[in-house]
Amino acid sequence: MYKYDNYDQAIVDARVAEFRDQVNRRMAGEITEDQFKPLRLMNGLYLQLHAYMLRVAIPYGTLDSRQMRMLAHIARKYDRDYGHFTTRQNIQYNWIKLEECADLLEELASVEMHAIQTSGNCIRNISSDQYAGAAADEVTDPRPWAELLRQWSTFHPEFSYLPRKFKIAVIASPEDRAAMRLHDIGLELVRKDGELGARVFVGGGMGRTPMIAPEINPFVKADDLLSYIEACLRVYNRYGRRDNIYKARIKILVHEIGADEYRRQVAEEFAHVKTLGIDPPLAELERISAFFAAPAFDAADVEPDRSDPDFAVWLDQNVKPHKQAGYAIVNISLKPIGGIPGDASSAQIDVMADLAEKYSFDELRVTHAQNIVLPHVAKRDLYAVWQALRDADLANANLDLISDIIACPGLDYCSLANARSIPIAQKIATRFADAERQRDVGELKLKISGCINACGHHHAGHIGILGVDKKGVENYQLTLGGSGAEDVSIGKITGPGFDEDGIVDAVEKAVEKYRELREGDERFVDTYRRVGMDPFKEAIYG
Amino acid sequence: MKLLTGNELGSGAVTWWTGNGWSIHVEDAVDVGEGGESILHAEEGARRVNAPYIIDAIATPEGPRPAHIKDRVRALGPTVRPDLTLKPADPAAGDWII
Repeated sequence: MYKYDNYDQAIVDARVAEFRDQVNRRMAGEITEDQFKPLRLMNGLYLQLHAYMLRVAIPYGTLDSRQMRMLAHIARKYDRDYGHFTTRQNIQYNWIKLEECADLLEELASVEMHAIQTSGNCIRNISSDQYAGAAADEVTDPRPWAELLRQWSTFHPEFSYLPRKFKIAVIASPEDRAAMRLHDIGLELVRKDGELGARVFVGGGMGRTPMIAPEINPFVKADDLLSYIEACLRVYNRYGRRDNIYKARIKILVHEIGADEYRRQVAEEFAHVKTLGIDPPLAELERISAFFAAPAFDAADVEPDRSDPDFAVWLDQNVKPHKQAGYAIVNISLKPIGGIPGDASSAQIDVMADLAEKYSFDELRVTHAQNIVLPHVAKRDLYAVWQALRDADLANANLDLISDIIACPGLDYCSLANARSIPIAQKIATRFADAERQRDVGELKLKISGCINACGHHHAGHIGILGVDKKGVENYQLTLGGSGAEDVSIGKITGPGFDEDGIVDAVEKAVEKYRELREGDERFVDTYRRVGMDPFKEAIYG
Repeated sequence: MKLLTGNELGSGAVTWWTGNGWSIHVEDAVDVGEGGESILHAEEGARRVNAPYIIDAIATPEGPRPAHIKDRVRALGPTVRPDLTLKPADPAAGDWII
């Protein structure tokens, strides 16, 4: 885990003091809401439907038990005893008081956390693979690069007022667990003839105009990576559409001028940027990398006793292979049947922190699918971990199954939403509550957004649901065939939308059609790609 | 009818104009007719409300009900967490929201 140096701590502390002063001035009437709004947004504080909402950054989804406990403490002290883990590996609190916010941020800063750049037209939290440092298929640990990008992008003066928000994901495995190509910039670290570098993808995104990022450069040497990304941002900052918020994301620029022209302009800018010497010296990279050194793995490679059937099911569904013999990756599903996707009570957050400290070398990860990972658990400890999770209602054995639904907060909380997402997720999960049925259906990524901004990643769902406002009534569009993984694709709309109960029926019809049509080990999305939309459409609409 | 709503500056809580102040209960809201804009500016200027706006509503025997679903959800609280609404002890309190 990266540890703040004095400089990191000083800038975060200074930011808390600055925001405290801004809040005081707002409360005293010295500044108006119009003046204050951009300041609070720069500190992650939104005004949502019921109250202020604070989005706290969890850099590349990595945190330790001390930080996790602080998240529980904040939920308990400043919110209503729970937090909501988001699709960008962050956490949101829904009931924050403006007058208490500076105190909250001061407590966060005491554990090297903040809410800076979790809103606004700047470079947001860098996201990454939740299995970083534990995955057998990674060419290197992506976290040092994510950390380098975090430092580079924090308060970057040139990129604090971009045409629109900007999201970067870094992975280092051929298996994409971070929806990398649906980011403004996606980096896949690779090796070419032994040398480390990155494939650079630019111009992906979801929202009202979903696009898969084209590959802009098949290999940028690690020594050039920061300069190359700086060049990518500079071209966007210069030519991005500031005149139209709906066309302001980099995906529109890349699409409008074309990948070839964008690539040419980046190459030209890169030639200049490279002369500025912004790429860090080797010593700095080594300093950062040292924080992410592998833990002292020493457990014997023993297979867990599978005699408890519930444990065995969880083992098969939620536990993934680790690169180190004797260890495993534990996925904690925050998707109980009928529950709220991504929500965890402060007591549950504390339990997860305790388990990380005791069994996972003090590390946790937040996933973009709104789950939590204990990345390094000795196989001999898996049963004890499962028992503790079960006692805290955290042992849902549904990872990547139909009830492991991504859902944005929707109209229950979000001022941008047009329809509720959470009740749809609850009804679908309940409809498919039978564990055997879910496992028979197999991997099925269902994602729900309550508006076109697509925070629930519906475009990338094997089954996607988009809530819309139809003359003041909630209506839900269904999409099929999306994926945020290495087989990335954008889902297609099936046809006319449905009401709340109708969308649940439609999902069930699509799933049953898949069960009827599938061949061999095909997943839902594989069958859809083989047979196309028509059979599903016929099943759904009759 | 038209209602004036916003949020408390310090707590962020949803509030409704009652004719002589603000209440967190939509049942206390009054029709501001065509006079909403001037109340809005005066109250916002005095920081007694944050981000106020005027909405359409319907008069019912139980009190005013916002016309749009978004403001109905605002009026009580999240539909998925009855325990966090203004009336956690009344399971039927949100029957009019959706």
